[in-house]
Amino acid sequence: MSNTTIGSIIRGDREVFPPYLYEAYQSTRRRAPTLPLIDVPLTLTELTGPGPVISSVSPEDADLTRNAGTGGEAIGQRIIVTGRVLDDHGRAIPNTLLEIWQANAAGRYLHKRDQWPGPLDPNFLGIGRCLTNAEGVYRFLTIRPGAYPWKNHPNAWRPAHIHFSVFGPFTLSRLVTQMYFPDDPLHALDPIMQSVPTEEARKRLIATYDHNLTEPEWALGYHWDIIVRGPNGTPFESAEVGQ
Amino acid sequence: MSANGLTSSQTVGPFFFPCLLREDACRSVLVLPETVGERIRIEGRVFDGDGIPVPDAMVEIWQANAHGRYNHPLDQGPAALDPSFMGFGRCGTDDDGYYWFETIKPGAVPFGDGRLQAPHICVSVFARGLLNHVVTRLYFADEPANADDPVLHYVPVDRQATLLAQRESGSESIVYRFDIVLQGEGETVFFNL
Repeated sequence: MSNTTIGSIIRGDREVFPPYLYEAYQSTRRRAPTLPLIDVPLTLTELTGPGPVISSVSPEDADLTRNAGTGGEAIGQRIIVTGRVLDDHGRAIPNTLLEIWQANAAGRYLHKRDQWPGPLDPNFLGIGRCLTNAEGVYRFLTIRPGAYPWKNHPNAWRPAHIHFSVFGPFTLSRLVTQMYFPDDPLHALDPIMQSVPTEEARKRLIATYDHNLTEPEWALGYHWDIIVRGPNGTPFESAEVGQ
Repeated sequence: MSANGLTSSQTVGPFFFPCLLREDACRSVLVLPETVGERIRIEGRVFDGDGIPVPDAMVEIWQANAHGRYNHPLDQGPAALDPSFMGFGRCGTDDDGYYWFETIKPGAVPFGDGRLQAPHICVSVFARGLLNHVVTRLYFADEPANADDPVLHYVPVDRQATLLAQRESGSESIVYRFDIVLQGEGETVFFNL
């Protein structure tokens, strides 16, 4: 992937966010914008955003080992994934919605477009959600997802990961990303992860094993904080800019 | 350097529908019977660089209410809140790339220097192949206030049309058409937000 074509169109900080065009990830080739993004002043539209958009989040939604509603428990290594949602000034973001989805322990998604011969688990939907608490903390109980094959290139395998969708307080803070697991040899081979431009930013997508979070006779603990954009500077500071 | 702590973006991938578009997470209808404002339908398609519809995208919108007030603590303007209007929409594209929303036309919101912005809706698109979502604005093509909109003036004149939703004729209800072209001819203007 070191010799892949990398586009110049990037939204946000170039040390952090991937380019839209990263040819090693083939689906970017016909979907990446090619014209420069337009810089515009921040207005109320960007400095506001939806609050908790789903009113019916229940505690059961955060337990992916049991939320299939079958009465049975998902097969796999039980894990706790927890951390905080913060802005880039370190402020906790309370009461914001996180939605997650993932493959089962065998690396299979419950989805019509995932047809590789990994077994499905009738007790695992692979979807969950929760709201952060007053300190910005979220917590999921799930099973460790498996790696899975995809057709991007010969013998392509995605490293184990969990998809996260986060709102945060503003339009600016909206983020969809993926959390990875430590010490996975597939990281270096994965064009989606490698599209992140710096080692430092890639490392921040990897959860940390935390033995203090591990519960005896029950589940392994992983810690992963999510840092989303806050408003840079004073609202409307650039509003005096003319045509 | 504060940005160095940020969590990077990754594609939503192909398998998000059962999670992000489960029944109670879809928000194609933003209005309740008591919501104040002119009912409009927004519909359009998402296209890739080959002009092929994108069947696995998700479109989210965020807008002010009919009075021009956002349902958010940072908007402390004098315009009235509408408790029956949250302003958030989310819709997946279908096999032909279509998405739609039933909402109200937003009022004009302040720019911050005494001027008003023309009525507009913030639009974000997520899809497999988009390593970071794209963010744009929908304006209403038949809105005279567009001529003085302070944000639209940052967009090159020859690309402004990509942000203008066109009113469809021949329908009893008010329908605005807003196609989103991710790449190539007629590429939609996206913002560096």
